[in-house]
Amino acid sequence: MAYTIVLENCTGCSACEPECPNSAISATADGLYQIDSDLCTECVGFFEEAQCTAVCPIEETCIPDPALVEDRETLMARKIKLHGE
Amino acid sequence: MDKKDSEFLKIIQEPETEASGCSEKSTCGSSAGPADMDPEVWEKVKNHPCYSEEAHHFYARMHVAVAPACNIQCNYCNRKYDCSNESRPGVVSERLTPELAAKKVLAVASEIHQMTVVGIAGAGDSLANPEKTFKTFELISKAAPDIKLCLSTNGLALPDMVDRIADYNVDHVTVTINMVDPEVGERIYPWIYFNKKRWKGRDAARILSERQLLGLEMLTARKILVKVNSVMIPGVNDEHLKAVNREVKKRGAFLHNIMPLISEPEHGTFYGLTGQRGPTAEELKHLQDSCEGEMNMMRHCRQCRADAVGLLGEDRSSEFTNEKIEAIEIADVSYDLSAREAYRDKVEETREKERKIKEMLAGLGRGKGLEEEAPVLVAVATAGEGLINQHFGHAREFQVYEVSATEAKFIGHRRVDLYCEGGYGEDDSLSRITEALSDCVGVMVAKVGGCPKKTLEEAGILPIDGYAYQSIKPSLLQWFSEYVEGIRSGKIVPKSSSGQTKIRSGAFTAPSPAPGQIPLAILK
Ligand code: SF4
Ligand code: SF4
Ligand code: SF4
Repeated sequence: MAYTIVLENCTGCSACEPECPNSAISATADGLYQIDSDLCTECVGFFEEAQCTAVCPIEETCIPDPALVEDRETLMARKIKLHGE
Repeated sequence: MDKKDSEFLKIIQEPETEASGCSEKSTCGSSAGPADMDPEVWEKVKNHPCYSEEAHHFYARMHVAVAPACNIQCNYCNRKYDCSNESRPGVVSERLTPELAAKKVLAVASEIHQMTVVGIAGAGDSLANPEKTFKTFELISKAAPDIKLCLSTNGLALPDMVDRIADYNVDHVTVTINMVDPEVGERIYPWIYFNKKRWKGRDAARILSERQLLGLEMLTARKILVKVNSVMIPGVNDEHLKAVNREVKKRGAFLHNIMPLISEPEHGTFYGLTGQRGPTAEELKHLQDSCEGEMNMMRHCRQCRADAVGLLGEDRSSEFTNEKIEAIEIADVSYDLSAREAYRDKVEETREKERKIKEMLAGLGRGKGLEEEAPVLVAVATAGEGLINQHFGHAREFQVYEVSATEAKFIGHRRVDLYCEGGYGEDDSLSRITEALSDCVGVMVAKVGGCPKKTLEEAGILPIDGYAYQSIKPSLLQWFSEYVEGIRSGKIVPKSSSGQTKIRSGAFTAPSPAPGQIPLAILK
């Protein structure tokens, strides 16, 4: 699963953005934050916890996207594709 | 009297509006002045409105909210809104980019010459946003090198940032430390984000506390000033803050600011929602008192907003909204360094003089033969507040004081007819005033026109307008030495007797000797 940000909850504090190892997080036009699911690896290959969730001050805001369920291999493959071995 | 002394007698007072940022003077605190402070520390804090009780009457600070992210959660903060690192569920109206922040600083600094300090204290944690915070500092220090930089932090990232803080010449750091014991801490901090991991409970509090104290030590080792803020949470850390006070003092914090928890349910903080109350004023004062002996306590703190602009106790931020700043072309902002320096010089002069006056008042008369002087009567035009703040022409009555080297005693009012009506004076009523005040050697006023001035002088009453808007009693005491000095040096005698000697006759009753006629023999 790629992660997604629930925009109704997001405060736009920007804390998540620099923590993402894949630079998957960016600001929206109105100053909130969004995740590019093509870049998100759920932090697989880097950290045990999803960093955006770990830092986000608002519960239930950075969550796994139920519409984008992916297994670990897919995520790892994405990581390797993005960053090399 | 040497030159230095006579110089201070020509005191120049700042206009009231510029000199006072404090609406309730009585609450101005007990933070240290030069006497009980390390000179090196004093040098750094003397112009800092948040740190120096003396400075906060003259200088202003400004916070720019460039740091929205935070790396911990405090139970007194609702992150749906902005930081309350400064203990108040922060209300930061607008977020700033570093570029916009620098522009805002320039615009404000050109407008408000008292503005000497720019701080970053939110909306989240300044050091959880290092790129934004340090970029802002870089831009400001390039454009406005005379401005002091400071920041507030929860301390978690502090040890990693000390080098950069030193690089940007940040000389004031505020660390919010609410506990030194993880058991207390776990009731204040539900979690922290550290080393790519979310920590909870006691572990979180232990890491935070270690990092805070380490950061504090590293800063003071580099001679960077550290103030510690603590939020007093009754039943959680109130008694414990005495231990915090000891620990932070041991590590070289120079000021400890204990602030009351603010926890209105409508702020939506954990404490607010769970009914955790804040301290009463008595509880707060009691705690501050019991820490006082151990360290400088700051009591004039106004818990300003993270984007506050202005003197402590006033907020002009609405004059400098993003919209207004954005509309300003950077070329239109004239950053007038010399005007700002001139303001500072003027303030320094005034403060230096006030300090000297305080010293002088303490030792006034001693060793100068002043105490042997006979007291004189002086009339004062005042509209209240113990200040010399009335125009001569507006005074319906004068206060009369008996002034000697050591005392200025109020002895009564003198009613006079209003001299100034419709902007011009009448000779008749003016002469009534000189009659009513004929036993006075001088009259202290905020201002006096040229014509009545002359008449007063002719009547042997010195018009004294050099103490406008100052406190009556200290001014009188100080003036007394000036007066005696004037007579000793012959300055006062020649003036009052130059062709007008007839005025000298009569009218003067005991105990005051006639002006210009204090026998020099008595002075010896
Ligand atoms: S889960 Fe990890 S990779 Fe995905 S957006 Fe969050 S921080 Fe980035
Ligand atoms: S950390 Fe959470 S609240 Fe802050 S910008 Fe990211 S998603 Fe939004
Ligand atoms: S440090 Fe400030 S922004 Fe962060 S949780 Fe505490 S009060 Fe809120």
